[in-house]
Amino acid sequence: MKTKERESLFSAKNRKLIINPLNADNPITVQVLGICSALAVTAKLKPAFVMALSVVVVTAFANLVISLIRNGIPPRIRIIVQLTVVATLVILVDQLLKAYVYDVSRQLSVFVGLIITNCILMGRLEAFAMANKPWPSFLDGIGNGLGYSWILIALGFVRELFGSGTLWGYPVLPQALYDLGYKNNGLIILPPMALILVGLIIWIQRSRTPSLIDKS
Amino acid sequence: MQEYINLFVKSIFIDNMVFAFFLGMCSYLAVSKTVKTSLGLGVAVIFVLTITVPVNFLIQNYLLAPGALSWISPSLAGVDLNFLSFMMFIATIASMVQLVEMVVEKFSPALYNSLGIFLPLIAVNCAILGGSLFMQEREYPTVVHATVFGLGSGIGWAIAIIGIAAIREKMRYSNIPAPLRGLGISFILTGLMALAFMSFLGIKL
Repeated sequence: MKTKERESLFSAKNRKLIINPLNADNPITVQVLGICSALAVTAKLKPAFVMALSVVVVTAFANLVISLIRNGIPPRIRIIVQLTVVATLVILVDQLLKAYVYDVSRQLSVFVGLIITNCILMGRLEAFAMANKPWPSFLDGIGNGLGYSWILIALGFVRELFGSGTLWGYPVLPQALYDLGYKNNGLIILPPMALILVGLIIWIQRSRTPSLIDKS
Repeated sequence: MQEYINLFVKSIFIDNMVFAFFLGMCSYLAVSKTVKTSLGLGVAVIFVLTITVPVNFLIQNYLLAPGALSWISPSLAGVDLNFLSFMMFIATIASMVQLVEMVVEKFSPALYNSLGIFLPLIAVNCAILGGSLFMQEREYPTVVHATVFGLGSGIGWAIAIIGIAAIREKMRYSNIPAPLRGLGISFILTGLMALAFMSFLGIKL
């Protein structure tokens, strides 16, 4: 029994659980889940990274816990049970962030708490963890968390580089460029540009993978 | 009075839930295909926000905030239960939504039929929890402030979703590049609407 499980730990099917959400089944651009927080924290790379990490941790462990107790949850109150598990994990993450990276925790303000209602979590818990074994659920959580993360980090990278001329808070554009008349694009830091950038990412992704294009 | 009007206008236009903070985007994008359904969801959100924000305000100020328990006995003045706020808020929201659903079903079946399917969706709409968390972060002085803020944010959200639904209905007649159809163009449109809403930043309140 034990060896059988170990053999399949990283079988092709399980690897797919991690790889699929990165592109073809991406939570943000394809499943349209978890956009709320994705946009608000990406004006700088560092909060985007911290947020991405928190979401990966919470998704993975929420999937694991719910999958472990899935047979004991009465269907009628499953949403409350799921919310309780998620809220507990988010409280843990929030307290850790406050303890170790206080300045980032201030910047993320309410958005750490909003991981609770992040649709990625509820979506994956409902669609996957309630019907699958703990280990695949854990991988599915990590995969979807990573799919969310790369969009967040890409947005944070572009917005901080062109918006403030820095990365991770360190200036990267040489002073000579500014002397030539280059200016930071203040618009990119503002909320509307985040939406437009996600729109462009979706455009690029769908023109490369035509199967994702809307029929209507 | 003027203070309340200021807060009301500010929470509708300047601190708009969708355009300034991206809250409730999931249902905003999913349910905005026709004006009729988005109107239903918009009204439901206004309804639930106006109820949950003041309730959570009372919970925050009489149960959770540092020293808030001192009305029970002075010896509890040092207790700080703030770390429980996420749990309390989401529990309040889930149960209030359930309660609202039952009351509406009992007293106004017509309203229930039009709002019914949207109410359960709302428990996990981030605009609702976001409203309570902003209320906590901004430390409004009285429960009236909190109510006005809840109502204003709800109306702002409803305006946003009805606006995008109206545009998307017209978009059916436009020739959009195929990969951009549906989701992509909705994002870009929301971005442009958000740009327009930024012009309200200039209002001095």
